[in-house]
Amino acid sequence: MIKMKINGEERTWDGDPDLPLLWFLRDEAGLMGTKYGCGEALCGSCTVIVDKQAVRACITSVSDVVGREVTTIEGLHPTGDHAVQKAWRQVNVPQCGYCQAGQIMQAAALLMDNPKPNHDQIVEAMSGNICRCGAYQRIENAVRLASTGV
Amino acid sequence: MNIITNPKKLRGFEQFIKVKVENVSRRSILKGLGIAGGFVLAAPVMSRPAFAAYKTGADKMPHATVVDPRVFVAIAPDGIVTIVAHRAEMGTGVRTSLPLIVAEEMEADWSRVKVTQAHGDEVKFGNQDTDGSRSTRHYLMPMRQIGASARTMLEAAAAKRWGVPVTEVKATNHEVVHAASGRHLGFGDLAADAAKEAVPSLEGLKLKDPKDFRYLGKGQIGIVDLHDITTGKAHYGSDTRLPGMKYAVIARPPVTGGKLVSFDGSDAMKVSGVEKVMEVQGWPWPSKFQPLGGVAVIARNTGAAIKGRDALKIVWDDGANGKYESVAYRAELEAAARKPGLVVRKEGDVDAALKTADKVIVGEYYLPHLAHVSMEPPVAVADVRDGKAEIWAPVQSAGGTREDVAKTLGIPEDKVTVNVTLLGGGFGRKSKCDFALEAALLSKALGAPVKVQWTREDDVRHDFLHTVSAERIEAGLDKNGKVIAWRHRSVAPSIASTFAANTVHQAAFELGMGLIDMPFEIANIQCENPEAAAHTRIGWFRSVSNIPRAFAVQSMVGELAHATNRDQKDMLLELIGSPRIVSLASVKDPWNYGEPYESYPIDTARLRKVVELVADKGGWGRSVPKGGGLGIAVHRSFVSYIATIVEVAVDAKGKLTVPRVDTAIDCGTYVNPERIESQIEGAAIMGLSLAKYGEITFKDGKVLQGNFDSYPVIRMDESPLVTNVYIVPPGPDTPPSGVGEPGVPPFAPALINAIFAATGKRIRSLPIGKQLEA
Repeated sequence: MIKMKINGEERTWDGDPDLPLLWFLRDEAGLMGTKYGCGEALCGSCTVIVDKQAVRACITSVSDVVGREVTTIEGLHPTGDHAVQKAWRQVNVPQCGYCQAGQIMQAAALLMDNPKPNHDQIVEAMSGNICRCGAYQRIENAVRLASTGV
Repeated sequence: MNIITNPKKLRGFEQFIKVKVENVSRRSILKGLGIAGGFVLAAPVMSRPAFAAYKTGADKMPHATVVDPRVFVAIAPDGIVTIVAHRAEMGTGVRTSLPLIVAEEMEADWSRVKVTQAHGDEVKFGNQDTDGSRSTRHYLMPMRQIGASARTMLEAAAAKRWGVPVTEVKATNHEVVHAASGRHLGFGDLAADAAKEAVPSLEGLKLKDPKDFRYLGKGQIGIVDLHDITTGKAHYGSDTRLPGMKYAVIARPPVTGGKLVSFDGSDAMKVSGVEKVMEVQGWPWPSKFQPLGGVAVIARNTGAAIKGRDALKIVWDDGANGKYESVAYRAELEAAARKPGLVVRKEGDVDAALKTADKVIVGEYYLPHLAHVSMEPPVAVADVRDGKAEIWAPVQSAGGTREDVAKTLGIPEDKVTVNVTLLGGGFGRKSKCDFALEAALLSKALGAPVKVQWTREDDVRHDFLHTVSAERIEAGLDKNGKVIAWRHRSVAPSIASTFAANTVHQAAFELGMGLIDMPFEIANIQCENPEAAAHTRIGWFRSVSNIPRAFAVQSMVGELAHATNRDQKDMLLELIGSPRIVSLASVKDPWNYGEPYESYPIDTARLRKVVELVADKGGWGRSVPKGGGLGIAVHRSFVSYIATIVEVAVDAKGKLTVPRVDTAIDCGTYVNPERIESQIEGAAIMGLSLAKYGEITFKDGKVLQGNFDSYPVIRMDESPLVTNVYIVPPGPDTPPSGVGEPGVPPFAPALINAIFAATGKRIRSLPIGKQLEA
């Protein structure tokens, strides 16, 4: 029996310990905010925060997060008003929006680590997250806005 | 010869080959509206075409338009106005902008409006095919009329209640006011009475004066799903969970048209969580939108299904396309482009003019297959039981999906419900509903709800790919450097090949995307379409054949500018020539994006204007740092006019960056300029992706790429730093035109012209790949 904490709640799993966290979150725990995009940590759509670090849930197995604190987009802020979420709305970042939960979690992790990132640091942190609609300039603007207070 | 002359449609495409479509006969009596609220009518009503100052092709689409407030608007007693979005949201903002048009005209307060998504039902809602950059173009006027009708009915109800002439009352901001007596009634108070009013005739309907618009053309309204998207609550195709739902992934034949010979699922069954391994029915090539077939692994979650699939042992019969190989195919296309082909436009005498020309410039261009790779791969949930089917899927074509599910399962259409989720990107891929049909077949077989999830590799390897093409242009110049002859040969497998075997020519709707509608003022023009057979599924990709045509034509402009030692922009304007309406008299079927030419002609004054606007605002001719260069291109597509200037920087090692992009767009009357900007910003990224990296290749009939490592797209570190968008203000009654797609075509040629300006290297084959290195 695997025990983990997701968005502050204890969860257990007694199936395949190698099951990718992504599919545990979505199909077993019903947390649909974390998205599948590539399965190989190439696109960042499935980004969640594990103990303050952005990780790709598609290549993280359930057994990797035993005893750890997992935060998904649903748990980022109780009313959805994290500075990054507010900035995203103010800048009208999303087009289709599918990658944006992953982008937001990546940006939130960046700001935890570096509250005032410069252009190069934003680009470095965010370049693992693909947006096929191409909202990159707005994503950078929103990260900057979040870092300066919304 | 196998030219499809009917403009339209993907789905039911086979019918268009055989018979002329009858739209009117497909209209039928509507049923009452099911959504809650006082503005609900029980009596049947007829669908009506829009009555407008300009005509569009909307009435030629399957099921045409329905202009009826009782179908699209409901008002609850508490005043909440619910407006139906009947088109699919894939990132263009249409789920917001069409209801916003209704709210504008009916004087609803947007903060008291809820948007509800229509299920697939074209008899009720009119055409739902969200493709071809058509939503605003076809629905601006119908949505205004729906809103104005609702407003008129509310006003009539209020006037009756007060016993005053209707001319004395006025709807404003969610209530109707009688100024003379100071009385006012909220929309909620009037809803029940308003529903009893007759729907006003469209001919006498009074639309708002655009100067009184509160929302249209303003751009201050965020998309309706913004909060849900940023909090993870937005519901995409993959987000449907039903009690007892099974999770499936499918191993499909690696070669298009291939078949399953045998499989061994015993190892797959040993994987924890796997419950069943079973065959999925496939259709023979060309398979239209039907499933490719293969072997499905059914499991308790997607992860187990994927792991189970990895353990399958399968023997395939590759079939006739097993020899498809991209290097050899390219050589075939290029050889075909060097020989005469089917003439599809002819003005003057190109052969004679090329013979007498002082100089002939030849440009041969090649553009490979592209995959859509929307961030959400194809996915669908189906629950087929007791002779009924319910589907939840991210489909661009809700009505078409409903028809295809009914046909595939052999049940009547009224037993099929298609719930349209948000689309995590579409770009044309999700116009084809094969993934929903797979889910329907599996659910029927299992008697349980099933989700079919495509992996990224499935998406790349079994896409309906963008075509692959060789474009060859010969331009003859007289001794003064004036272009007197233009021959363009375009060779590419057609989308029609996905529907009809032995297709070797492009369909009218493909020829009309930048080939036969080329707008230059040249005395001798000939366009030819040599034969090309398809060996994989070809489909619509954002802006479709405009990608190769704009690339070839606008690259050739750069080549001609260089050959005659002229500025690119000056050369471009000279070729466009005088402000005029281009005559396509020599073209059998000009297509024109399905639009009547009188409403949407090729107007070179508008084409010139976007060139001049972008040159002015984008600082054409400005100096750029060493290693930099500017390029320009213009293209009319989806009846919009777009010009782009790209600034590049190329370092000593050939590393390419894009510091700035400027784009001017004339899309006629528009709804939400903020979403136009986002579409154009995104189009630049998509244009850069396809120019720099986009290439799907085949060997032994199989796609060699699989994921974002082998099929890269632009990330933030390669994104343009600045994209400026300039929207041409519309003239009075200028018909609306496309926005979602037309930003893409001019980007790549502007980029390539900029690279030439920076380095003197002329890229004629995409993707750029390593061509700038060393």
